[in-house]
Formats: sequence, structure tokens, C-alpha cells
Amino acid sequence: MKKQNQLLMGNEAIGQGLIEAGCQVATAYPGTPSTEILQAVIDRQGQAVEPLHVEWSVNEKIAFEVALAASYTGKRSAAVMKQVGLNVAADPFMRTAYIGVKGGMLTIVADDPGPHSSQNEQDTRLFCLQGRVPVIDPCSPAEAKELIQPAFELSEKYELNIVLRPTTRICHSRQNVSVREPIKLNRQADFQRDPTRWAATPAFLPALHRALNDNLEKVALEPDWQPRLTVGNGDYPRTALVASGIAYSNLIDLLAELQLTQAIDLYQVLMPYPLSPDFTRTLHKKYDRLLILEETYPVIELQLAHPGSKGKQNGMVPREGELTPDVMHQVLADFLDLAPPAETPTERRGQRPSLCPGCPHRAAFYSIKKCFPQGIFPSDIGCYTLGMNLGAVNTVHCMGACISQGAGFYQAYHQDEQDCPTIVVTIGDSTFFHAGIPALINAVIQQTRMIIVILDNATTAMTGGQPVPHMGIAAGNKKTKAVAIEPLVKASGVVFIETCDPYDSERFDALLKRADSYIRSPEGGVAVLISRHGCVMDPAVRKTQDSHLVTILDSCIGCEKCTGAFECPALYMDRENHVAVVDQDRCIGCGTCIPVCPVNAIVRETKP
Amino acid sequence: MKQQIIVSGIGGQGVLFLTRVIAQAAVNRGTPVLTSETHGMAQRGGTVLSTIKIGNFASPLVRTGQADIGLLLWEANLPVHQSLLRENGVWIINSPVAGSGSRIDAAQIARELGNPVLSNLVLLGLAVQQQALFCSAEECAEAIKQLAPKKFIEQNLEAFQKGMNG
Ligand code: SF4
Ligand code: SF4
Repeated sequence: MKKQNQLLMGNEAIGQGLIEAGCQVATAYPGTPSTEILQAVIDRQGQAVEPLHVEWSVNEKIAFEVALAASYTGKRSAAVMKQVGLNVAADPFMRTAYIGVKGGMLTIVADDPGPHSSQNEQDTRLFCLQGRVPVIDPCSPAEAKELIQPAFELSEKYELNIVLRPTTRICHSRQNVSVREPIKLNRQADFQRDPTRWAATPAFLPALHRALNDNLEKVALEPDWQPRLTVGNGDYPRTALVASGIAYSNLIDLLAELQLTQAIDLYQVLMPYPLSPDFTRTLHKKYDRLLILEETYPVIELQLAHPGSKGKQNGMVPREGELTPDVMHQVLADFLDLAPPAETPTERRGQRPSLCPGCPHRAAFYSIKKCFPQGIFPSDIGCYTLGMNLGAVNTVHCMGACISQGAGFYQAYHQDEQDCPTIVVTIGDSTFFHAGIPALINAVIQQTRMIIVILDNATTAMTGGQPVPHMGIAAGNKKTKAVAIEPLVKASGVVFIETCDPYDSERFDALLKRADSYIRSPEGGVAVLISRHGCVMDPAVRKTQDSHLVTILDSCIGCEKCTGAFECPALYMDRENHVAVVDQDRCIGCGTCIPVCPVNAIVRETKP
Repeated sequence: MKQQIIVSGIGGQGVLFLTRVIAQAAVNRGTPVLTSETHGMAQRGGTVLSTIKIGNFASPLVRTGQADIGLLLWEANLPVHQSLLRENGVWIINSPVAGSGSRIDAAQIARELGNPVLSNLVLLGLAVQQQALFCSAEECAEAIKQLAPKKFIEQNLEAFQKGMNG
């Protein structure tokens, strides 16, 4: 067997692990920190020794269901998503616990303690406890990969869906990882019809629920998945540390630094749910004091219910945020009565992120804010959340919520019979396909009057440019059927549909105003404006679009409109001379800042 | 041998590429390495931080006061990440103005080479010249050749060399 050491990101290691373990159907919807997992599978598709279908599904629920049915045929499958993606897939996920799977199925759910790039820091392990689904909590990229093959075996042994839960610090960490040849399973799709199981009605569910509970008891006792003990030297009698995931790795380094390696009994919990009853018994018998370190919710702690345990429930461990090594140092010092760490300096915030120089969303948001200074602006998840910096994003909630929230705002204002502020919803193209369509139909049939701007940049930009349904491209750049936005909007009952490049600010402004008159007219309803311009991160877009040498004349009065309200990161104020300056390293010469200047001080020359 | 390195910058400056080059140099010599990186929203021009731990470590994260060397591509991040560096730790800073640490106007050099993003490798060059890193110039050049897109290898090596010349 060829063995090789490669520098892999946690997500790449997981993708590689799926290929090596003979996964034949892999599905995902992109979302930080999970995105690179499916991308890694796509990049390695050539290494697979058996047929392998990979897809960027339209949303996580769909990704889960596609992978699920593939497993019914006896093949190995995986569905990949971020933690809030599991909320979208919750419906099929919860039932799958009862019904089970055939071929090994893994649901890989990447959590984001912190959070770094998410709308909350929910803990998938707690979700699994509620859903009664076994969950694995790896402590490093290499371990995440190593556990994939055994996880598939466990899934097949008990015919259960198994969750692998990496966190951001696993996903986006790189490590030397050993790589192997993929195994060959020689499986043919073979769906065994069994309606009492695959279509189980309530009559069959108590028995299935009982079988699930029996299986969970056995899974909890599986020898390979028991917590791993590193025995201490007795310096701290009847005391132990219990950790899982990246917190375990942080703890190892921290103990080494404090010269406490092997000074104290240390357990790594690989499978936080179902927790081994043997383990729980041992802990109750052998120890008076326990410190439990886990991200993000007290899942192990709750199940252990040890009277001497310190953790998130008694407040020794912070209940929110990441368990960074600094946080853990303080906790460990409290627990073991060590010298307190030198005071960590108050955290300073760095540069805030902003839409890229030349981003078409910036031009669209600027127009929206300018046309409707008093407007209500529900928005959504994606790069365009950063429209907040321009004051053109008032709410961000979860995928697709902006359209229904816009409708809710309308109903609440409308019933007061007061003059309703113009509601302008902004939603990205990928988000629109993900969860926007049912919300649009609902808004139409509830006779909502609002403007929806679909920010169509022809890609899923936030996560690095995954294909979207209207481009006719599938995973791995394969050609497929394109599903256009306009006919979908039309079929949802929308009458006012216009498309405009937001770089053309004059026309864009005019269309927004026309849309406003429409929604306020007797026959008005939902107006849709498709703001269409490719993402400037895409080199192909950059190649086709004009680029000018943009400079600022001495006539600049230093009003800061272009750096403030418009906020292009390629513009900054020269504080000494009170004038704006173009940072030529970052400027892409789009010219969208030109109409912003009240004194026409921003000018362009066409680059030769 | 153990070394803890941080790379600080803003999204779009090539912090990730620089991180990979250094980590690859470790892999090539068979040394264990762990990195952590910033992905997602912050990559849109916000402050990003990579950490690299060379040698026998379990966690990729660097604790306050533990970094041996800091590569700083965006000077304004200095107050944000200063506390990660240990006492007597070395800062290698991309800056046109004089001040603390070892400095080089990497942005200007990169501009002259025709691509502002290359300031990351200019900075790496200075770090190697200062013998601040665990690896040699040859090892870095080898890693750059492995990771850079083919048609940019020459330009990347040139940027690295310019940094080495100080
Ligand atoms: S032309 Fe203006 S808006 Fe476009 S990138 Fe340059 S400074 Fe920013
Ligand atoms: S908008 Fe015009 S006048 Fe105002 S700071 Fe920018 S360039 Fe100067």
C-alpha cells in the first residue's frame, strides 16, 4: 500500500478520507468552515477507483436526502454542510435516526465556535443528542481523516447515519497527513424494498425507535470508540481532565508548556454521543474532581452528570466563544490552583472586512441607500451581508429569510395604514435558489408590496466561487442544464421584473424608482430587480470588464463620501491634506466611484 | 526543533500562500507542522491571521506571548497581534517607514515586479535573510516552486530573492 505524507488542510484531509474509504456519492451545500471538503473530493475525483458522483446541491436538505437514498442502495455516501446547514437538513436528519441507512453514511457537519463566519455557534453534538445520532469529535486534521473509514464501518454495522463534527480549527488547519490508495468495495446499487422501514408509517415507528435505542446502547460500548486515557503520575490524585475535539489538542500543548504532561489523568472523548456508560461509571468511581473541556455546549458534561465536575455548567469554563489556548490556560490555572496567567491584553479588533474594490454589490447598495434613505433593508447570508457597511442592510438572519422578513415588515406596517417605508430586500443568487423561492411565492400570494433585488454575481462568492444553478455548470466544471432566474421569478407570479448592471448607476437608480412607483400603484405587488454583474474575484469577469486609471483631482473637497458612504477599500483619506487618494495597488479601475463624488473630483483615463 | 510563527495581514494580501510555503518547507524536511488560517468573511479585506507551529505540537493555535517570529504584511495589525509574540520575538514587517522590528518596503518592491501581492514573498525573503526562520533559502525556494502556479514561479522566486537582498 502506497503511503505518502502530504500537507493537507483539515477539510482536504476529510475529502481525501472520503475517497480512500470508497464513498460513491458525496453532496454538499457550501458554507464556511465546511466548503473545502467537497471541493477536495472534486479535486481528487480522478483518484477514485470506483464511480463517484459529487454534487453541489441547491441546499443542505437536498444534499442530505440525495446522499441518504444512495446509501439505501448499499453504497457509501456523505452529505457535507456547516452547522447551520444542519438546521436546513434537520427534517430528513431527524427521521433518518429511526429509519437508518444501508451503505455507510456520514453526515459531516462543520461547527464554528467563535463564531468566525456564522450566524451562531450552535453545537452539532447537542443536535445529535437530541436527534439520537452518534457523533464523532476529531482533535486534528489527521485524526479526522483516520476516523472516516472506521466511521463508515460503524455506520454499516448498526445501519445508522453517523455524524463527523470537525470545528473551524480542524477544518482550516493544515498538517502533514498520510495518504493511502482508495479501497475497492465492488458494490452494485441494490435497493431492497421494505416499505415498513423506508416508508415507515406511525404504526412501525415505536419498533424502529426501540431498535434505535438498543443500537445506541451498543454503539456506546464499541471498544474502538471508547474515550482514550493517558494515565497521570499521581501528582493530582482523584482528579482528571476530560476533553474532546480541538480543545483536547490545545490542552496537550498547554500541559507541555506548563510542564504538566502526564501529571494528571487525561481522557480524550472521541464520541461525545452516545457517551459510554462504562466511562461514566469509571469517572464517578475513580475521581472526585473533573475538568471538562469541550466546544461549544456542555454535551459531555450533561451526560456525565458527575457531582465534582467543573465546566460550563458551574461557570469555570466560559459558556460562549472558542476555547482558545489562552482561555484554557486561565481555566486550568483555576482548576489546578496554578499561578494565574499573565494578564492577557484586551483584544483589539483589526481591520473590518468590506466588499472588494469594484464589487458590483457595492454599486447596487449605494443606489438603494441613495434612492430610499428611509427604506427598510432586509438582507441575507453571503458577501453582501457587508452591505451593512453602506447602511443598506438592516437585518441578516438565515438563508432566505430576507424575503419572508420583508413580507413580515410589510404586513406589520401596512395594517397601521401608515405610509409604509419602501422595503428593499437584497438576496444573492445562490441564496435565492437555496431558500428564496418558496418565500417569494409566499410574498406574492400574500399581496406583499416590496422590492426584491436579486444580487446576481453568477457565483457563490463568499465561499470561493461554487457554481450556481443558472450558470449551467456543475461540480468540477461539468456542463449541465441551466435554470434561469427570470422565468422562475415570473412563474412565482411576479409581474414587475427588470434586469440591470449596477455599474450603470443612472439606469439602476431609475429602475429602483420605477419599482417603487409600481409597488405603490393600485395593481402593485412584489417588484423584482435583478442586479447582474459577475463577481470581480472571477478572473474571467475581470478580463472582460473595462479597466480605467482612476485618480482624484486637486478639486477634492475631502467630504469623505467615497471612503465613507461608498466605502471602496481602494480609496482612503490623506488626513494631512484632507483629500481622498486612490490606492492603485487595490483599485481595479471599475469607475463605480465616479458618480459618487459631489464635485466630480474622481476622474478616469482609459488604460492603454 | 520547535518554532511558532504568525503571519498577519488583511484578506487579499497572500497570507494563506505565505503560510503554505512555510508549512511546505517543514513537510519537505519531514518535520511535523500544524497551521491555522482565517477563511470566510474576514478574507474580504479584513484582518487575517495564520499561525504555524513547527515541531512536536498537537494544536495549531499560538497562545499569547508564545510566537517566536511574526511576519506582518499589514502594519496596522501590529497592535492587534503584538501580544502573541514572545519577549525577544522577532517582527518582520512590510512597511515603507522606519520603526520597530526588521522592516522592508515589500509593497514597493512587489509593485516594481508588477504584482502587489508578491509582497508576501519579499517579506519571506527578509525573514530568511535575518535567519529568523527554521528553514533555509533553498528550502523556501523549493517550496515556492512546488506551490506557485507554473507561469508565476520565476516571478515568485524573484520576489523572494529581492527580499533576501534586503
Ligand atoms: S475605480 Fe473606484 S470604486 Fe472601482 S475599485 Fe477603483 S477606487 Fe474602487
Ligand atoms: S467624494 Fe469626491 S470630494 Fe468627497 S472625498 Fe471623495 S473624491 Fe473627495
